Amino acid sequence: MKVVKIDKRNWAGKLEKLKESYRLFGPVKDNEFHIFERLDKGELPDFNYFNTRLSPKSIIYPQSETMLEFSLDKSKENHHILKETDTDCSPRAVIGIRPCDAAAFLLVKRNFDTAEHKDPYWVKAYETTTFVGLACNNPQATCFCTSAGCGPFYEEGLDLLLVDMEDHYFAKIITSKGENLLEAAGWNTGTDADPAGKQIKTMKQEAEAKITSSITTDKLKDKTTTDLFDAPFWEEVAFACINCGTCTYVCPTCWCFDIQDEVNGYSGIRMRNWDSCMFPLFTLHGSGHNPRSTNMQRVRQRFMHKLKYYMDKYDNGIQCVGCGRCIRLCPVNIDIRKVCDLMNSYGD
Amino acid sequence: MVNPYLPYPVRIDEIITETEDKNLKTFRLVFINPDDEEKFSYKAGQFAELSVAGKGEVPIGIASSPSEKGYLMFTINKVGLVTTALHCMKPGDIMGIRGPLGNSYPWDILKGKNVVIIGGGFAFTTLRSSIVYMLDPVNRPNLKEIHVIYGARSPGMLLYKDELAAWESRDDINMHITVDGTDDPNWKYNVGFVPTVTEQKAPQGNDDTYAIICGPPIMIKFTQPVLEKLGYCHDNIIMSLEMRMKCGIGICGRCNIGKEFVCKDGPIFTLARLNEMPKEY
Repeated sequence: MKVVKIDKRNWAGKLEKLKESYRLFGPVKDNEFHIFERLDKGELPDFNYFNTRLSPKSIIYPQSETMLEFSLDKSKENHHILKETDTDCSPRAVIGIRPCDAAAFLLVKRNFDTAEHKDPYWVKAYETTTFVGLACNNPQATCFCTSAGCGPFYEEGLDLLLVDMEDHYFAKIITSKGENLLEAAGWNTGTDADPAGKQIKTMKQEAEAKITSSITTDKLKDKTTTDLFDAPFWEEVAFACINCGTCTYVCPTCWCFDIQDEVNGYSGIRMRNWDSCMFPLFTLHGSGHNPRSTNMQRVRQRFMHKLKYYMDKYDNGIQCVGCGRCIRLCPVNIDIRKVCDLMNSYGD
Repeated sequence: MVNPYLPYPVRIDEIITETEDKNLKTFRLVFINPDDEEKFSYKAGQFAELSVAGKGEVPIGIASSPSEKGYLMFTINKVGLVTTALHCMKPGDIMGIRGPLGNSYPWDILKGKNVVIIGGGFAFTTLRSSIVYMLDPVNRPNLKEIHVIYGARSPGMLLYKDELAAWESRDDINMHITVDGTDDPNWKYNVGFVPTVTEQKAPQGNDDTYAIICGPPIMIKFTQPVLEKLGYCHDNIIMSLEMRMKCGIGICGRCNIGKEFVCKDGPIFTLARLNEMPKEY
């Protein structure tokens, strides 16, 4: 394990230097809330946040993204033929992403990067990005990451982990990508790894101890999918839901999208936009038939996907990292922790 | 990195109006880059995303057979934005196609078996692909008896009328064409709904006999008990499903039934497999 000590007095200057070789993204304050954005010249990430309102998934997977382009002008060669658009594939780095949000990309990767198909937009964006995590010293009441497969100091999905030590950061090197970033910024003075490692370990234990909220998922895998699907509790779970879609938009692991064409004059693009299983149009057939026409069916789909179908498909945990956004932002207080417990204990 | 969202450019070669209500047209498409035809190597039962620049994409079953070279065929019902745009297009127009997508009918399993095709309405497209494929001299010896039960509302609503007539006159395929009703005095085939005709004409079920069903939900609902009565086990009842789709490759997330994506893991499922999945289709 290699740890680099970063003096906060050098922080701003070195980040500027880093911008010469990376496009930097980080949390910045936008009115009352923090949001992940491109850091322009002179702009610093603001680490005084618990969890951004929207997850940073849009850095890899923008809410709207141009996929292809075309011309409808019949005097042009190749009119009506779609072609790929140029995308900026230069290196990027996200500074100060929470470990849970970085771990979320690993869950989503199973969908976008498969043996059969690689989604070129997602995969290129992911592969060219270096993730510099910011350990959570003070998790929130809605955080349940420790029982959702990650944690406040979780390292998988990160290239570097920053730990805030008041007057300095410890940067724990996790991958060679992370080491390269340190090199580019000129943060290459190692520190005595043993004491630093001990300090980080202590802080990690303290942070984990602050997370008191949890879910139990141990029995989900062995439950019969159709039994859970037909369980009587869904009507009650969905009763208050207004299908606003907030949960799906703020979730770092929700990946569904729609594809639409947009035309301006003779030139057009094919784009994708985040979509949501909360909306009836998501599954509406041309014939008018809709397999998920009711509120209850759509709510069931979201929880069954996160907590059961994902597990059935990949046999690798649930599709949730415990960031707690959907709990905090749901206007009718639907709580995934309660639904998970209902599912996990169903039929016992 | 191969971009699975990029359609192959194709030219519309011919458009045939199939039905008396003019709501169903068959499009013959030709690849603009001849090499793309090789890449688009498909099996009967698969589908493709048809792409109209400026309008979008629509998933449609492939109606031509892999044994027919040089073109692709799609029969399209005018329903929404893209299919309406398609119905307004002319031969010579340029569009795109992505695929082939989805699984196919299980041709390996069907080798050496009796096949009963049961279709209703405009869902006959991939069934036409299958019939042409099975009747190809290379493939016909690999199958035993072939039965086709195909129904439409009226004689004028049947697809591929010339081909139906040609198949009627062959002795290596048993055709059972039916209409819900007609006042045409010259109508020489069956009158009655598909489930009833299935009961009368389909062979008894056994290990060596497979039924392929594709049609509107109401037809499937009433045909299933008939097949059970005839002795077809659920592993031998093969169905093709429909769903709203976008990506067609199991990524965009909307066409799932449980963990299965209809676009990628389907659209063909045996009834035995469907029984294990949530009833949400």
